[in-house]
Amino acid sequence: MSIQYIYPEFEVIRNENRCIACRVCERQCANEVHSYNEDKKVMISDESKCVNCQRCVSLCPTRALKIVKSDCTLRENANWQNDTIKEIYKQAGSGAVLLSSMGNPKSFPVYWDKILINASQVTNPPIDPLREPMETKVFLGKKPDVIQRDENGNIKCEMPPQIELSMPVMFSAMSYGSISYNAHASLARAATELGILYNTGEGGLHEDFYVYGPNTIVQVASGRFGVHEDYLSAGAAIEIKMGQGAKPGIGGHLPGAKIVGDVSKTRMIPEGSDAISPAPHHDIYSIEDLRQLVFSLKEATEYKKPVIVKVAAVHNIAAIASGIARSGADIIAIDGFRGGTGAAPTRIRDNVGIPIELALAAVDQRLRDEGIRNNVSLVVGGSIRSASDVIKAIALGADACYIATAALLALGCHLCRTCQSGKCNWGIATQRPDLVKRLNPDIGSERLVNLMNAWRHEIKELMGGMGINSIEALRGNRLMLRGVGLNEKELEILGISHAGE
Amino acid sequence: MLIDAKELGYKEINEKIRESGKECEIVGALGQRFIAAGMSGKTISIDGVPGNALGAYLNGASIKVKANAQDAVGDTMNDGLIVVGGNIGDAAGYAMRGGKIFVKGDAGYRAGIHMKAYKEKIPVMIIGGRAGSFLGEYQAGGIIVVLGLKNESAHDNSGKIVGYFPCTGMHGGKMYLRSDCEGIKFPGQVNVAHAKGKDLDELKEYIGEYCEEFGLNADEILDADFTVVTPDSKNPYKQMYVAN
Ligand code: SF4
Ligand code: SF4
Repeated sequence: MSIQYIYPEFEVIRNENRCIACRVCERQCANEVHSYNEDKKVMISDESKCVNCQRCVSLCPTRALKIVKSDCTLRENANWQNDTIKEIYKQAGSGAVLLSSMGNPKSFPVYWDKILINASQVTNPPIDPLREPMETKVFLGKKPDVIQRDENGNIKCEMPPQIELSMPVMFSAMSYGSISYNAHASLARAATELGILYNTGEGGLHEDFYVYGPNTIVQVASGRFGVHEDYLSAGAAIEIKMGQGAKPGIGGHLPGAKIVGDVSKTRMIPEGSDAISPAPHHDIYSIEDLRQLVFSLKEATEYKKPVIVKVAAVHNIAAIASGIARSGADIIAIDGFRGGTGAAPTRIRDNVGIPIELALAAVDQRLRDEGIRNNVSLVVGGSIRSASDVIKAIALGADACYIATAALLALGCHLCRTCQSGKCNWGIATQRPDLVKRLNPDIGSERLVNLMNAWRHEIKELMGGMGINSIEALRGNRLMLRGVGLNEKELEILGISHAGE
Repeated sequence: MLIDAKELGYKEINEKIRESGKECEIVGALGQRFIAAGMSGKTISIDGVPGNALGAYLNGASIKVKANAQDAVGDTMNDGLIVVGGNIGDAAGYAMRGGKIFVKGDAGYRAGIHMKAYKEKIPVMIIGGRAGSFLGEYQAGGIIVVLGLKNESAHDNSGKIVGYFPCTGMHGGKMYLRSDCEGIKFPGQVNVAHAKGKDLDELKEYIGEYCEEFGLNADEILDADFTVVTPDSKNPYKQMYVAN
């Protein structure tokens, strides 16, 4: 073997006593790991191609398969870890930039897991959500600072455009192209059934999905793919994508190989052509320029749609958000550094940006200090994994959360982190028709609805425990949170006390 | 309908355009932004100087400006026609996907960035004078033509037909420059050639249309050297990445 040879990361363990050579695994693995040896009448595997997506394991009828991490590793070294060394081999062999998928897998602190939620005891009784009404509905958009009355003393009720959500969670941007038609269909249908919104991402809106417009956020990114008047008018809101948590400061790039058929039509670019979203919007170099894009979109849609500006959580996020809040945007979406992606340079994904928990706390505080918090709603994403993460985010000041990885998991994603290959065995991050059809949108949307309904129950239960009966009363209520194992600076930024205080 | 823009903000102007019939004459424009954003089915003439983002997301309307226009003309335009009798500012035709922009004078920086095309939808931008730096960056489709004609309103007509860094990241479409392009530095991933044969036929059609708008002589304009720039790959970044 050559100097470049890297021992496969995973081993395919086949229990020969159980294997009936039905060849299901062979048909199911788009990575072509399994094959049938006619001479010996046995299944064999080339584990070097395995990405540990668990598809074959899940579908083997006799449970003959398991995938394990190989124990053939380089000598242990706390500084030069296996992955680090393998990455060097890959780059020495190719001269290329490392490309990864899904969110940052490194062991950075997860602040959600160091924050605990309050509950009422004795003095302020908890509320039982089974017995009493609990409000999980939220409205996103600019809110007036003061009550205004007309000359007859009646309250003026006209509000800037709002998004109504039945619960404070939305499916965040994933483009058609990076994920499949069936994945989009599942998200669109589930959002409609749930009374929440999904997001087209930057790949345009497939003509079949215009019917879900009232539950759709249409995105405008630097490449402006598929953006035209009908598209802008179709959605419930328009999102300007300035950045993404997984790759702050760089653009998007969907390889030509994925621009096929309807993806090409929806993006309105020729088949096989790379879809390049430049790093910046080349017409936005300042908050003033951003304001221009915000208002050009509002003009084009006659002020009927709220405009969201999505940015990645980066070092100066509080100042940036303050600028955006003055740009005329109705909603700011902030994406933390653990947010997922269909493909991002490894070094950027793993090293750029900041945790969403800190970014959110800093932004909410800054907007309050400046008296402009009501100018905008705040939506946060970048690894919201559960109902308790949602509760914590809202108590830290968010109006709603964006989820994407969690939604894909509900659709069957097994987090193998090879979406960039386009061979997703679960029919999600792929455009191969034989793979796409593995994801049934009837089942997919049902699973998403289940997940959200379960979270809604948990949200109610957690709120009830705190003696709070509406999301409104929880928002920015940091007294409901305590930190554990956090230092003073972290507590100061999060604006919470330590447990026991 | 006649709209006197002098006392109006952009919101009121657009409301009036929407209310008006097909024909619409705006006088006294004083830098109001977003005029005709997203509109279709209107023929609009503008006297005075319209502000930034004129005809953004334009969807089939036709806009004629006698004087200059400012930045971001025809941003993300889908269909229609924008004709400007003077010069235009920066970032014209950003991500334009259809329709035509004809400018008699010069264009500022970053014209035609990320213009794209799909099937029969081919956007065309023709600049009569010269274009600033970064012309056609990331161009993904469509046609950009720069004629380098003498610009009466410019102080100095001796500069190059296009500024620095044209065609960076270009991966689709075509650019025609009425010049031998000596001394102009193009990036590695584009082909730069002398326009002839089929290219010239295509050009003739567009220039004809352009000349009709401004009462110019097409034969005179075409009687010159044209350079044609095309990308040499639709996948400029293909080799840059290794899966990790
Ligand atoms: S890539 Fe997936 S389907 Fe193929 S062998 Fe590995 S776990 Fe099984
Ligand atoms: S979407 Fe598919 S390819 Fe991507 S991580 Fe999930 S299972 Fe793997």
